[in-house]
Amino acid sequence: MASTQKIVLDVLKPHQPNGVDFAAALADLSPDYQVRMTVVEVDEKTESVIVVIEGENIEFDPITELIEKMGASVHSVDEVEVHGSKTP
Amino acid sequence: MGLSVILGNGNKQLLSLLYQGRKIARRYLVTNGFDGTLTMLGLMTGFYVSGTTELGVAINACLGAAIALFVSGFSSAYLSETAERKQELRELEQALLVDLEESRYGEASRYLPLLIASVNGFSPLFLSLLILSPIFLAYHGIAWPWSPFLLAIVIALFCIFLLGVFLGRISGMFWLWAGLRTVLIAVSMAAIILLFDIGR
Repeated sequence: MASTQKIVLDVLKPHQPNGVDFAAALADLSPDYQVRMTVVEVDEKTESVIVVIEGENIEFDPITELIEKMGASVHSVDEVEVHGSKTP
Repeated sequence: MGLSVILGNGNKQLLSLLYQGRKIARRYLVTNGFDGTLTMLGLMTGFYVSGTTELGVAINACLGAAIALFVSGFSSAYLSETAERKQELRELEQALLVDLEESRYGEASRYLPLLIASVNGFSPLFLSLLILSPIFLAYHGIAWPWSPFLLAIVIALFCIFLLGVFLGRISGMFWLWAGLRTVLIAVSMAAIILLFDIGR
């Protein structure tokens, strides 16, 4: 079964939680997740961020659920890196 | 170990959102606590100067006032804070173009009014019961060296002093002056009640 090892998301989030807490909450989903977050635009109530998550086997649904729980929304999946397994 | 690890993913955010309401709760604590204490002080002064000896009547009157202050404080804060939180949530939803009811923001907008309403309701109730305690104890046979109404007045003035000290700590004012300032307000109010008594 193919495993997702990198995913880049375009996310619109409120100012709270701040970038550190937002990224930390995502990284806590799995011990091997590495999260990088870049703010690309700041408005009065929101900010657009690019979230890069790297890991051995990234699960997409828990990530989007947590993002929505924190009051943010995934605008688009900008990049995905998936590695196929050799077993059929 | 991060707070988010202890509280679980996203719960730290809920705590943080609720924590943001602390200033509002603090304001309500002082405002309605002051309101409750002055109401009780007014009642006690009135009972004292009128020479009331019927402790049961005084307890019922003060309990009635305390319960009314609790209900009024709780319901008014709950209704106004719910309206404020809903408006804030709606504005954020419009900015994000998503439904936030199930998010931490939605949860906070439901819990925060309850939290603030509890502070607004319980602060006058707790202070009123504290002020009422010497009369309640006297009614149940405890003998005081002074009139229980006079003791209640002293407790009320002490509570008002503490509320002033609390405000002084927030504003960075000298605690004694901050406490005396609120006591001065309470004494002025008691003096007005005494004036009414003289005028009878």
